[in-house]
Amino acid sequence: MDMFTAMHNGLVQMGVPLWLANLVPPLVKSLILLLFILLNCMFLIWMERKVAGHMQRRMGPMRTGPHGIIQSLADVIKLISKEDIIPSGVDRWVFVLAPIVAFAPAFAVFMVIPFGPTLIAQDLNIALIFIAALTSFVVISFLMAGWSSNNKWSLLGAMRSTAQLISYEVPLVISVVAVALLAGSLSLQEIVEAQRQSFWYILVQPLGFLVFLTASLAELNRSPFDLSEAEQELVAGYNTEYSGMRWALLYLTEYANLITFAAIASTLFFGGWSGPVLPPVVWFLIKVYFFIFLVMWIRWTLPRIRVDQLMELGWKGLLPLSLVNLAFTGVYVLIR
Amino acid sequence: MIAVLWIAGALAVAGALGVVIAKTPVHSVISLVVNILALAALYLSLHAEFMALIQVIIYAGAIMILFLFVIALLTARKDPVERSEGKLEGQRELGIVAAVTGAILMTAVALSAGFGRPVAQEALPSGFGSPAAFGRELLTTHILSFELTAFVLMAAVIGVVVLVGQRKL
Repeated sequence: MDMFTAMHNGLVQMGVPLWLANLVPPLVKSLILLLFILLNCMFLIWMERKVAGHMQRRMGPMRTGPHGIIQSLADVIKLISKEDIIPSGVDRWVFVLAPIVAFAPAFAVFMVIPFGPTLIAQDLNIALIFIAALTSFVVISFLMAGWSSNNKWSLLGAMRSTAQLISYEVPLVISVVAVALLAGSLSLQEIVEAQRQSFWYILVQPLGFLVFLTASLAELNRSPFDLSEAEQELVAGYNTEYSGMRWALLYLTEYANLITFAAIASTLFFGGWSGPVLPPVVWFLIKVYFFIFLVMWIRWTLPRIRVDQLMELGWKGLLPLSLVNLAFTGVYVLIR
Repeated sequence: MIAVLWIAGALAVAGALGVVIAKTPVHSVISLVVNILALAALYLSLHAEFMALIQVIIYAGAIMILFLFVIALLTARKDPVERSEGKLEGQRELGIVAAVTGAILMTAVALSAGFGRPVAQEALPSGFGSPAAFGRELLTTHILSFELTAFVLMAAVIGVVVLVGQRKL
């Protein structure tokens, strides 16, 4: 990015020490990404409530601002001003660390997501593995939160989501590998480029996309796979004991992961930022928001499935399907 | 780069100490995660990006989660219902022997690698540490150990199926 190189050079000329000048561009990039996540998450929470409302033939939030658009802002102010409660029975350190362990990787993933041809914080040549590595921390944070709460429901919620995440991570990664095979690269930017030169990979990977979508819903702990926070059985699951800003951080992580999923789905299967007429970043956001809406749509339409159905679907349904898809993709890439 | 070495090195040592010192098993596992992440950072500073990420996925993302899962399941309370029946015999003596052996080996390796001497900066071969280079090495030079590992894992999978399959569900 030229802007950041210019910023760096300018700082050096002003007599700022080199190590400090080296630190400034990444910090600014991180701040921009953080702002992007925060604003979008606030919007998404409003959107989720509106979508839920209209699907149930009610209005959703209406009072704060036109159609309740600044409801989330009001909620943020409320959460910030809330008393900071740490229940007395918890394991203090782990309890405090868990939301941070959850949010930091969810935030770091945005570093490799291409918003446009040059609009990317850091184009890694192993971006896909990077994302897989970071997203695996979600599980650790859930377990930390659930265990440290010293509460049956929290622990049960954490256990459920761990079992679920481990089961569905396998088909998820295998379906992503098929796309990497097609593109011949693990860099998200090169995958988009490969699709621009041929076609959107949804055309040759419909099975892979279905596996990816289903497994992602499970990874996001979203309905119909939201057993880990099944309100009727578990209060709220792993985050039962959390309140105030710590709870908000866990909630924020959930929506940040939702954006990540949508961004990766549109990058891997729907050509990412590529598209006619409109600027790339607009195309990217349109695709991302389409997938976010899809996930919300599914959440407010389908009932929750049982634990045994969940495991059957993962190990006996998605895993074989993803392997078959990978095998066919391999053959296709060889004879192409 | 030297700063990364010192910070990550210190974190790795702190994590390793935490594993031994922590009173609660879950704290030990979390310390081990810190240690593993610090090691990944060290790999990164050695230009082994793929290795670093695989380290994070497999150890921090899979093995540690299984550890945490089992430990959290067994010690859901802060005071476990079943106390262990006392310490294992001879742990301290064995620990000292292992530590001394480890220290001797490490020193030997460090000396033979010329620790402390200035290292001539050699250019890395292009694509060093990339998934492609890694995969090529794995499937050519190290094919035997690769296949043997796969064999061991297969045996483990079959073992699990045999153990679980005995129960009629």
